[in-house]
Amino acid sequence: MIKAILIFNNHGKPRLTRFYQYFAEDMQQQIIRETFHLVSKRDDNVCNFLEGGSLIGGSDYKLIYRHYATLYFVFCVDSSESELGILDLIQVFVETLDKCFENVCELDLIFHVDKVHYILQEVVMGGMVLETNMNEIVAQVEVQSRMEKSEGGLSAAPARAVSAVKNMNLPEIPRNINIGDINIKVPSLSPF
Amino acid sequence: MPAVSKGDGMRGLAVFISDIRNCKSKEAEIKRINKELANIRSKFKGDKALDGYSKKKYVCKLLFIFLLGHDIDFGHMEAVNLLSSNKYTEKQIGYLFISVLVNSNSDLIRLINNAIKNDLSSRNPTFMNLALHCIANVGSREMAEAFAADIPRILVAGDTMDSVKQSAALCLLRLNRTSPDLVPMGEWTSRVVHLLNDQHLGVVTAATSLITTLAQKNPEEFKTSVSLAVARLSRIVTSASTDLQDYTYYFVPAPWLSVKLLRLLQCYPPPEDAAIRGRLSECLETILNKAQEPPKSKKVQHSNAKNAVLFEAISLIIHHDSEPTLLVRACNQLGQFLQHRETNLRYLALESMCTLASSEFSHEAVKTHIETVINALKTERDVSVRQRAVDLLYAMCDRSNVQQIVAEMLNYLETADYSIREEIVLKVAILAEKYAVDYTWYVDTILNLIRIAGDYVSEEVWYRVIQIVINRDDVQGYAAKTVFEALQAPACHENLVKVGGYILGEFGNLIAGDPRSSPLVQFNLLHSKFHLCSVPSRALLLSTYIKFINLFPEVKGTIQEVLRSDSQLRNADVELQQRAVEYLRLSCIASTDILATVLEEMPPFPERESSILAKLKRKKGPGMVPDIEEGRKDKNVNGGMEPISTNATTKSTPSPSTDLLSLGSSPALSSAPPSSSAGGLLVDVFTENHAPAAPGVPMGPVADDNFSRFVCKNNGVLFENQLVQIGLKSEFRQNLGRMYIFFGNKTSTQFLNFSSSVICQDSLKTQLSIHIKPADPTVDGGAQLQQILNIECVSDFVEAPVLSIQFRYGGTLQNIAVKLPITLNKFFQPTEMTSQDFFQRWKQLSSPQQEVQKIFKAKHSMDTEVTKAKIIGFGVALLDRVDPNPSNFVGAGVIHTKTTQVGCLLRLEPNTQAQMYRLTLRTSRDTVSQRLCELLSDQF
Repeated sequence: MIKAILIFNNHGKPRLTRFYQYFAEDMQQQIIRETFHLVSKRDDNVCNFLEGGSLIGGSDYKLIYRHYATLYFVFCVDSSESELGILDLIQVFVETLDKCFENVCELDLIFHVDKVHYILQEVVMGGMVLETNMNEIVAQVEVQSRMEKSEGGLSAAPARAVSAVKNMNLPEIPRNINIGDINIKVPSLSPF
Repeated sequence: MPAVSKGDGMRGLAVFISDIRNCKSKEAEIKRINKELANIRSKFKGDKALDGYSKKKYVCKLLFIFLLGHDIDFGHMEAVNLLSSNKYTEKQIGYLFISVLVNSNSDLIRLINNAIKNDLSSRNPTFMNLALHCIANVGSREMAEAFAADIPRILVAGDTMDSVKQSAALCLLRLNRTSPDLVPMGEWTSRVVHLLNDQHLGVVTAATSLITTLAQKNPEEFKTSVSLAVARLSRIVTSASTDLQDYTYYFVPAPWLSVKLLRLLQCYPPPEDAAIRGRLSECLETILNKAQEPPKSKKVQHSNAKNAVLFEAISLIIHHDSEPTLLVRACNQLGQFLQHRETNLRYLALESMCTLASSEFSHEAVKTHIETVINALKTERDVSVRQRAVDLLYAMCDRSNVQQIVAEMLNYLETADYSIREEIVLKVAILAEKYAVDYTWYVDTILNLIRIAGDYVSEEVWYRVIQIVINRDDVQGYAAKTVFEALQAPACHENLVKVGGYILGEFGNLIAGDPRSSPLVQFNLLHSKFHLCSVPSRALLLSTYIKFINLFPEVKGTIQEVLRSDSQLRNADVELQQRAVEYLRLSCIASTDILATVLEEMPPFPERESSILAKLKRKKGPGMVPDIEEGRKDKNVNGGMEPISTNATTKSTPSPSTDLLSLGSSPALSSAPPSSSAGGLLVDVFTENHAPAAPGVPMGPVADDNFSRFVCKNNGVLFENQLVQIGLKSEFRQNLGRMYIFFGNKTSTQFLNFSSSVICQDSLKTQLSIHIKPADPTVDGGAQLQQILNIECVSDFVEAPVLSIQFRYGGTLQNIAVKLPITLNKFFQPTEMTSQDFFQRWKQLSSPQQEVQKIFKAKHSMDTEVTKAKIIGFGVALLDRVDPNPSNFVGAGVIHTKTTQVGCLLRLEPNTQAQMYRLTLRTSRDTVSQRLCELLSDQF
C-alpha cells in the first residue's frame, strides 16, 4: 500500500502532498520535512530506494523517489509494493502530467494543485494503484475537462490557464524563474 | 497562445498564489495568509449567499494554504455543501477538500455519507467514481458501516462501467483494511474471483489487488483464484508485446498486472494440480529466459518494467522453495544483477538474495557471491546499498565463512555511516557468538568491537560476552588475559572498563600467577580508569574491588584504603557512597568464610534467547531478522557450540529480558550474587534480628485506593506498586459473578512461592461464597499470571472481601492486601419500566426505613453524560422521561441474591448552582438501601 505521496521542490517547498493514512496536520509537516531531509542529501545517481524515515512507520516502509529537475516525487510504500513498479508508476504519473499540461513545469503544479490532485486520483486511490495505462488516465482527465468546459466554470485546457498566468504580467512573479529551466524532462515515448 | 479572458480560470486564486510566492519573509507570508483566511472566513459567514464558483475558489485557496503547512479549521461545511452541487467541478473540489482535510472521525461524516449515497445511486459513472474515491480515501468506520453492503454489488453488477468497477474494487479493499468485520464477502467471493477473467486489464489489476489482500486473510476461501491467476499470467507472458496495446509499457506486456498476479500467487503454496503447476513453471521459466534476451529498448523504463516482473517472479520462486533448478537459476540471475551498472538493480538483487540465502537449496549458491558482496560493502557509494550488503552478508554467514565475514564487517565498521553502526555491531556480535569456532576468537572479536565502535556497543552486547565467559570455563583464563592486555591501552572505552572490571573481578585470579599481572598490578590498572568513568561503571568497579578482597587477601589493605578515602565514603552519589560504606564494613567484619560465600564466583547463567538477537529484532521489527538457524533448516555438524548459541534462539522466555545480569533495575551494578537485592545479603551480615516475615502473619494495611473506581465499572487496574500490578476483569449475571485477576510481574526477576487468597471477614463468609482456583507458585519476570474467582452472592452484604497475596522477591517476602471491589450493586439486573409503574412502586416503598436519602457536594464536574454513564455502570436501568424534571436521573433495578431478590428505585437530583446532589434510594430492605446509597453517593 502507498502510505503517502509527496512532491516538493529542491528547497523542500511542498507542491503536493497526499496522505492515505491519517496523520495530524503538524505530523504531516514533520514528515514532509524529514523526507526532504533524507532525500535531498542524496546524490543524483544513487539508488531510488531508501528505508522510510522514523516518522512514517519504521523499516517495513520504503521511500521510493525520483528527482526531476526542480522537483522530487516521493512515494512512501510498504513491502507489498514492487519497488521498480512504483518507480515506473512515478514515471507514468509525470508523463501524464506532461501530457495534460503540455510540458509540465513546477509552476503548473503551483497554480493548479487541484488539477494535479485530480490527475493523481486517476492513478492512485486510497493508497492503491488504480490505473497504470497512461492513455486511460489521460482519457479520464479529458472527460473531466469536457465536463468542466460544458459547465463554463474553471477551465479551458490547463495549458491555457498556465499561459494565462505566464502572460498575466504580474510584476510580483520573481524574474529569476526561468520556465525553460524548470521544465521536467520527460523522455518522449518512442513510436511503436 | 490564445488570450484568456478574465473569467477563465480562477484569477483570484492565481493572484493570491503569486502574492504568497512574492513574500520576502516567512512573516510576510503568514501575514498574507492570515489576511486571506480572515477574508474567506468573513465571506463564509457573511449574509450574502455565495455562488458555487466563489465557494469553489475559496475552498481552493484553503487547500493551497493547507499545503503550505497551516491548519485549516473552517470551510468544512462549505465543502460538504459543494458535494451536493449539480455542477461537476464544484462537486469535485468539494470531494477533494474532504479527502485531503477531513479525518475519519469527523462529525461531518454523516452529512458526507448522505452526499455519497446520492452520488452512488446517480448512475453517473463520473459521480460514482468521485464518491468511491472519497470512501476509499477517508475510509472511516462510519463509511464502512454505511456502504460496505453496496460496494460489492456495484463491483460485480453486469452493467457497471469498467472505471467504476476498478474504483469499487479498490474501495472495497480499503474498507476491508480499515474495518474487516464490516465487509462480508461470502456470497460475493466467486464473482470477485472471476473478475480475474475480465476483458479490461485495469479491472483485473484492481481486482488482483483486492483478492491478494482478501486471500492473505482467508486463503481457503479464495483458493480458486490460483488457477485463474496462473492462466491469466500465462496469457500475458506469452503474448506478443503489442497484443495488450495500451497495457504494454515500453515493450513489456502489462508489467503491473504481472507483478500483482505474482504477488497473489505468493499467498499460496505451489499449486497441487500438476497441469497448473507445470503451466506456472513454464511462465516463470519464460520470465527468466526473457531476462537473458537483449533489451528491446535502451530506455530505463523498459528495463525497470521488465525487471519488476523478474524480481517478483524470483520472489515467488523463493516463496515456493521447491524447485532447485529454478532457485539456482534465480540465484545466478541475481548474481548478474549484483554487478549491474544500475544501482537500483544492485540494491534489489542484494535484497532478494537475502531471502534466497535462507533456502537450503540455494544457500550454497548464494555463498559463491561472497566476494562480490564484500566488494559492494567496500565500494558502493550509496549507504542504502551498503546496508543491504551488510544484511546479505549476515544472511549468508555460516561456520565456514564466519571469520571472513566478521573481519570484513569489522573493517567496514571503522568507516560505516553512523546511522547503521549500531545495527552492524549487533550483527557482528550475533554472528561471532553463533558461529564461533573457538571462544578465544569470540572474545577477541567482541573486544575489537568495543575498541572500534565502543559508543555503539549497547549494554546487551557486553552483558552477553560476560554471560558467555562465565558459562564457559575453557575461555575464562584467556578472557582475563585479553581484557587485562586491552586495558593497558592509554585510552580505552568505558565499555571495555566494564567488561574488564567484571571479568577480572571474577577471574583475575587465573592470571595472577604472572608477576606482570599480579593482583596489585590488576587493581592499579583498573583503579587508574576509575576516575574517568561514569557513576554506573564506578559502582561496578567498587564491586570488583570487594571481589578482589576475596580473591587476593594481599591487596585487602590497599583496597580498604581506597574505600575509606573521602572521595568514596563521602561521595555525593548515594549509590557509590553506600557501596563504599557497605563493602568497607563487609571487608572489616566478615570472616574469610563469609566473604568467600558472599563473594563467590557467579553461577552460570540460565540459557535464554540471546538478548542481542532480541534487540536486533526489536530494532528491525519482528520478522525482519531472518532467524538464520531455523530458516535454513541446515544442521551444523559442529555440535560443541550449540548449547550456548543455537538453543538460545529457539527458546523464548515470556519476555526476552534485556536485563541479562539483573543489573538493570538500579543503574549501579553489583556483582555480588544474587544481585537483585544487594542490600538484603549485607543486612544479614550486619544485623542479627533480621527475621523474614513468616507466612501467615496478620495482614498489614489493606489497600483500597482504587476500590471506589470499580463501583461503576468492571475492568481496570486495582493495585500497582514497583513490583507488581494487579488488574481486574469481571462479569456478573444475576447472583453469580466471575472475576479474572491478572498479576503482572513488573520486574525482571521471578517471583517465588507466589500464593493468593481471598479473605471474607466475619459475616461476609455467609453472605458471599467465593471460589478461587489455585495459581502457579512462580511468576516469571515480565510475565503475567491469571487467576479466576467464581463468586456467588448468597444474601445482601456490606463489607468487601480482601485479596491477599504473598511472594518471595529477591529473598524477601512480600505481602500485599487489597480490597476486592465486589460490591452489592454488581448483582443488579436493570429493570425498564414506564413512568406510571415507577411512581406506583415508588409509593409502595414509602416506609421510612425503606428510603435512604443523602445530600452531598459534587466531587467532580457535573457532566450529564458522565453521570448517566455512571448510573448505568452502577447496574440499574436509566429511565428516560419518568421524572417531570428532565435534569433529574431516575433508575430501577433488581438485586439478585441466592436467597432473595430486592427491587430498587433510585433518583438523583443535581443542583448545578449549588454544586450539590440529592440521592434518594428506595428498596424493600433497609440494609440494601443504606449500602447502595453509600456506594453510589461516593461516585459523584
